[in-house]
Amino acid sequence: MSAIEGLETAHHHADEHDHHHEAQSFWQKYIFCEDHKVIAKQYLITGILWAVIGITMSVIFRIQLGLPDSNLSWLKPVLGGWISDAGKLDPNFYLALVTMHGTIMVFFVLTAGLSGTFSNFLIPLQIGARDMASGFMNMLSYWFFFLASVIMFASLFLQQGPAAGGWVIYPPLSALPQAHPGSGMGMTLWLASMAFFIVSQLLGGINYITTVINLRTRGMSFDRLPLTIWSFLITAVLGLISFPVLLSSVLLLIFDRHFGTSFYLSDIYINGEALPNVGGSPILFQHLFWFLGHPEVYIVLLPALGITSEVIATNSRKPIFGYRAMIASMLGIAFLAFIVWAHHMFVTGMNPFLGSVFMFLTLIIAVPSAVKGFNYITTLWKGNIVFTPGMLFSIGLVSLFVSGGLTGIILGNSALDIQLHDTYFVVAHFHLVMGAASAFGLFAGVYHWFPKMFGRMMNTSLGQAHFWMTFIGIYLVFIPMHYVGIAGFPRRYYQFTSYDFTHKFMDMNMFISIAAIFTFLAQFIFLWNFFYSIFKGRRAPQNPWRSNTLEWTAPVIPGHGNWEGEIPAVYRWSYDYSKPGAKEDFIPQNIPYSQTPESNFPHENELIATEKVIESQNFNDQFKTHH
Amino acid sequence: MYIIIALVALVFIVLTGVVISRLQGVLKSINKTDSEEVVTTGNKFNGAMFIVILIGGAISITWSYLHAREFFLPEASSIHGRRTDDLFWFSMGILTIPFIIVNFLVFFFAWKYQYKKGHRATFYPDNHKLELVWTIIPAIVMALLVFTGWKAWSDITAEAPRDAEVIEITGKQFNWIARYGGVDNNKLGDYNYKLIDAQNEVGIDLSDENSFDDFTNPSEMHIPVGRPVLLKIRARDVLHSVFIPHMRVKMDAVPGMPTKFWFVPDKTTADMRAETGNPKFDYEIACTEVCGQGHFSMKMRLIVDDEATYKKWVSEQATFLSTYPEYLAKVPENLKAKAMKYVPAEAAAPAADSSATSAGGAGASSSLR
Repeated sequence: MSAIEGLETAHHHADEHDHHHEAQSFWQKYIFCEDHKVIAKQYLITGILWAVIGITMSVIFRIQLGLPDSNLSWLKPVLGGWISDAGKLDPNFYLALVTMHGTIMVFFVLTAGLSGTFSNFLIPLQIGARDMASGFMNMLSYWFFFLASVIMFASLFLQQGPAAGGWVIYPPLSALPQAHPGSGMGMTLWLASMAFFIVSQLLGGINYITTVINLRTRGMSFDRLPLTIWSFLITAVLGLISFPVLLSSVLLLIFDRHFGTSFYLSDIYINGEALPNVGGSPILFQHLFWFLGHPEVYIVLLPALGITSEVIATNSRKPIFGYRAMIASMLGIAFLAFIVWAHHMFVTGMNPFLGSVFMFLTLIIAVPSAVKGFNYITTLWKGNIVFTPGMLFSIGLVSLFVSGGLTGIILGNSALDIQLHDTYFVVAHFHLVMGAASAFGLFAGVYHWFPKMFGRMMNTSLGQAHFWMTFIGIYLVFIPMHYVGIAGFPRRYYQFTSYDFTHKFMDMNMFISIAAIFTFLAQFIFLWNFFYSIFKGRRAPQNPWRSNTLEWTAPVIPGHGNWEGEIPAVYRWSYDYSKPGAKEDFIPQNIPYSQTPESNFPHENELIATEKVIESQNFNDQFKTHH
Repeated sequence: MYIIIALVALVFIVLTGVVISRLQGVLKSINKTDSEEVVTTGNKFNGAMFIVILIGGAISITWSYLHAREFFLPEASSIHGRRTDDLFWFSMGILTIPFIIVNFLVFFFAWKYQYKKGHRATFYPDNHKLELVWTIIPAIVMALLVFTGWKAWSDITAEAPRDAEVIEITGKQFNWIARYGGVDNNKLGDYNYKLIDAQNEVGIDLSDENSFDDFTNPSEMHIPVGRPVLLKIRARDVLHSVFIPHMRVKMDAVPGMPTKFWFVPDKTTADMRAETGNPKFDYEIACTEVCGQGHFSMKMRLIVDDEATYKKWVSEQATFLSTYPEYLAKVPENLKAKAMKYVPAEAAAPAADSSATSAGGAGASSSLR
């Protein structure tokens, strides 16, 4: 088999070259570890724990919305005073739940859990590096995230409750403790936690970018990088540019809250008192927030799309269709992501002319997104598709991404946004396109790379059952939610009985809630499968999906430095699946063209001449430069 | 409702059955040894599921849409609202086409090209023509949608016509307060947030003579039918957002930054009661920007009157000064004479020389209400 041959070639080049590393203590090995694989697992497990908390919250408020008559007294042991004696959820706590669900899912699960896990795990393994450019910064990145997590988690236990002004924390509500109980200590901790979170993201992002640029192995030119790496690189750049802006908006909010400044406050009369602040603008905060907030959507989504590209190509046994177009569309999306933020603000009183400009720019994003969608479909076309759980989730992602993305074209149209802004139509839209689609990317990644992470396989059948229940469940939740939005239901409402126009449609809300509970329960299949397989799963072969990328040439459980002996060299792109004439239906990246004369295209035969040069290089091996 | 729950229960049961049958497959495969062959557990089943989802999904979406339609908002009661509604359903119609095409292709291809032993996928890495096609077609469709949307948006947000009825609406935790330009001059007076107190809830500035005949209403807003209404929108404490679902009106209320929205309501409340067959129908104003505990119940009634009824209603309203004559003390001396016109004679004498918070003034105001 050619994969094995490739490995042997790699070994063949390996000189006797031993490393002597002292045995690491438990602390160095699992806690303050600088190994990218361990850090990735730390991110993954923390992300999963946060996901359990975040999704549970959504189920609680879905019960409140869809089954308003239900008695929640059984939650008293956990929620205590937040459940009234009559078994009703406290309205303030409802807002806190909505807020924390958003914050946790967007930042802690889909940013840290997704990018943090897979950028860390895959970048060195797929570009052929021993580790990240700076293992120490990488470790710091995780521990800043951990600190942010601890602070955010602690805020859940405050007497007054955690932050509760929506995940967008618009001032003045978030700036004035007298406006809402959640704007007191809860908001202080939220802001502190986010500040540390941003530090963590920046440390991670700088590291990802540096590693991809500097530590690619011999022959791994940019046009041979797997699309996963492209997506992680672009994501890191997005984060590096936009997260500091969030930090500044958070800092200014802290000043307004604690030092009496008026960045966001003006002309406020509250609780029988006219505040002295004048001259600030709440709209300024919204501009700053969404300058991060919109790229954040793509920070969440692009890694999922990268993972999907890799998984779909591997399991269709076909090269990804339009490799260059995929990169170009990601770059296009990333660029546009920075100049569309104000489409979240069409009806905030912003100048309508600005609204027109942002509408134009926003709708352009549909074009690169459409290109991605069609390229995925063409990759499936005439493939030989193996439905691994990872593949199922990737196919599901394409469907969710397109279904959710299309309604974005409605919302990006400022005239239509007047009616739909802040209704359930928006909620349905972004949950499909960024929430569920990114979560599917996360699942696809976990199922696909689990064998490399833990050396064991996850159970396929359970994974498939998990997929179908989740996929059907997600659509059952969010398709009806569009109807509720078209009926004009505003979001973040504790109950719908106050208005005649919302005092109907109860069975649809009940349906959504039941579907949400069902989807929630389905996730326990995953949890069981994941944790059980870590310890008891079937032992993984070296390359279970018969994939081309470099990580599958490393040992089943890669040790420190990832490859024994020399780092493999790269001679081709990562998508040589089902190449005409080839013996196997895949040719890993480390197989030189000189070994596959039967399947080479004419221009590839010319590349054989360059192989000697590639082979003789030995840049970038961190172990060699250290010693 | 029970039908829906039964349907969900059915889905549950079917899926549970699926899981159990899959699990049995798991138990059987536990003893199998590792092999270098492609592992294709359940490939046929999963392929078939995509077709099931395709058909089931098409049926459910069609059915649920038809079912949900009766709960959608009735036809818009404003001119621009019908325009954006038409645009919305037009765009939805267009977008349904790619929605169907893409989901059909994804699911159909997944089923059709599922793994077959000995089969080999087609090596098909790129095609510039195809890429161009699906770059240009979406771009053209987008251009069409953008253009229609942009036209509508610029008309809706254009300056309000001069004859527009100007009404101020102020959001606070947790209700709306409407203020009218008054029974005589129909001009809103100045305001200042520092003048707000328990009675003067929107901070009417009584040093401006236009404020003398202003009146406020904290529970309902009347507007005339058939001519432009310009809402001047303010917030007192935190962000709020004026949402009039039946009029397709929405605009944030921002402390320190007045906003506005104008529209032409063309169906009176009575018209809507006849049209919907609901004698209790009322237009409602809601809040759509989270503002705290009472966010979900910041309701204000909106009554659309015909011109005559509206005029009559306005003329019957008590001005702020007549309700609270003690505020006469805040009127500058040179304008007192003008202001006296809006203060009932018996209340004017004690109020003119007593302070705003005096017991006499307060007593007089409560007796007048």
